[in-house]
Amino acid sequence: MDLVSQYGPALLRGFGITVICWILGTIFGMALGLVIALIQRYAPRPVRWLIQIYIEVIRGTPFLVQLFVLYYGGPLIGLRLDALPAGLLGLTIYGSPYFAEIFRSGFRAVAHGQIEAARAIGMTEPTIIRRILLPLGLVSALPALVNFSIILTKETVILSIITVPELMYQVSRMSAETFRYVEANLVLALFFWALVETISRLGRRLEARITQHLIERT
Amino acid sequence: MQASSVEISKVNKFYGPFHALKDVDLSIPPGKVTCLIGPSGSGKSTLLRCINFLEEYDSGEVRIDGKLMGYDAPGRKMSGKKLRQMRRGVGMVFQQFNLWPHMTALQNVAEGLIRVRGLPKSEAEARATDALRKVGLADKTGNHPARLSGGQQQRVAIARAIAMEPQLMLFDEPTSALDPELVGEVLNVMKTLASEGMTMVVVTHEMGFAAHVADQVAFMEKGELVAVDSPQGIFHAPKDERIWNFLRTYRERNAF
Ligand SMILES: Nc1ncnc2c1ncn2[C@@H]1O[C@H](COP(=O)(O)OP(=O)(O)O)[C@@H](O)[C@H]1O
Ligand SMILES: [Mg+2]
Repeated sequence: MDLVSQYGPALLRGFGITVICWILGTIFGMALGLVIALIQRYAPRPVRWLIQIYIEVIRGTPFLVQLFVLYYGGPLIGLRLDALPAGLLGLTIYGSPYFAEIFRSGFRAVAHGQIEAARAIGMTEPTIIRRILLPLGLVSALPALVNFSIILTKETVILSIITVPELMYQVSRMSAETFRYVEANLVLALFFWALVETISRLGRRLEARITQHLIERT
Repeated sequence: MQASSVEISKVNKFYGPFHALKDVDLSIPPGKVTCLIGPSGSGKSTLLRCINFLEEYDSGEVRIDGKLMGYDAPGRKMSGKKLRQMRRGVGMVFQQFNLWPHMTALQNVAEGLIRVRGLPKSEAEARATDALRKVGLADKTGNHPARLSGGQQQRVAIARAIAMEPQLMLFDEPTSALDPELVGEVLNVMKTLASEGMTMVVVTHEMGFAAHVADQVAFMEKGELVAVDSPQGIFHAPKDERIWNFLRTYRERNAF
């Protein structure tokens, strides 16, 4: 019982930090991914090649390695970050190419005719992006966006190795100090299950809401 | 209503090595209906889309009211701004309607007035409502496209185009995606528009419409504009064997 009073607050705090890391990492990763997807759609070819190299490199290396390079290698080039900001930056970079690919295929799913209709009435490209491509592309991309953000929840545990005090970090500490591995990992599993379940429910509700006008009533 | 004229001369268009338009000449008089007919793949859509430069022609000229479309000079494309300016006067209606599915009928029509013409929302919506009333959809302004029949969607698409007050309207097989019983309502809206003196270029397989509404009919085959004549001339006294063959196939397919 006093295990709860002893470690409960730290575990809860750890869970809070996990959730914050996940939310911010997802938002920043999506934002960067969106920018990348737009660049890939509109930029001249050499720029697109550079972006493609970035995508291949990030997708081709484990998150663990990226985080090590960023946190321990960063200071060598003058990038000295605390654990939490380093973790957030790492999550953002790690997620961005996946989000970019999701947006890219979302954009491709927008019927070309709807873009042409906008061009034909004289809309500017930025207006077309804002009013047609983004809203419709986002709708197509939504299920995959929710799916990948769920995958990202689990990547947050890796932040523990650069000492971000998130849930995994607290669980490891509790295990090491009490040898109660089973209980500690049960807590980890329960918290993640709750988080993932919440996200997927919210995702489904959001999807139902924004597609309600788009589906033909049969 | 102001109505544009279009002068197409010696227009060529290539898709890679494929010669899609071959030295096409066509004169489209103001306030008249010109129908483009011909077998599928003959280049009708390509020619139509060259008029508003959705398709870039490679040589020749397309002039709308004397102004060269798409180029400042041969081989030198005009700025995006100038192109958009010229496109404002040209409405287009597509086979697949191409409404924006995330907007209501009213929003679809008002969008261009707000974003392109820069009208305040209230005025744009008032004009959009008028345009929708004109196509007989005053009671459907709040519907999203998914809640409209094909015929209604196409009428919204026509309203979207006419709300911009174009001087020229292009139609690319506007009724080909519709169930037969819905074709009439769209053709009726087009007839009204024609009677008001709009310059219209219509790619169509509706020979009845071409015969009764068109002022001139142009026949295309394999990228060539074979003939331009009155409907009477094309349908009853075709001067070219290719037209005759096309019409025979058409009649055989539609006979029962
Ligand atoms: N974007 C394109 N790329 C390559 N070929 C095309 C393209 N668009 C049309 N074509 C070809 O050009 C020819 C004319 O097409 P189109 O103008 O659509 O004919 P129509 O409208 O008379 O049926 C066809 O053979 C078609 O396959
Ligand atoms: Mg066609």
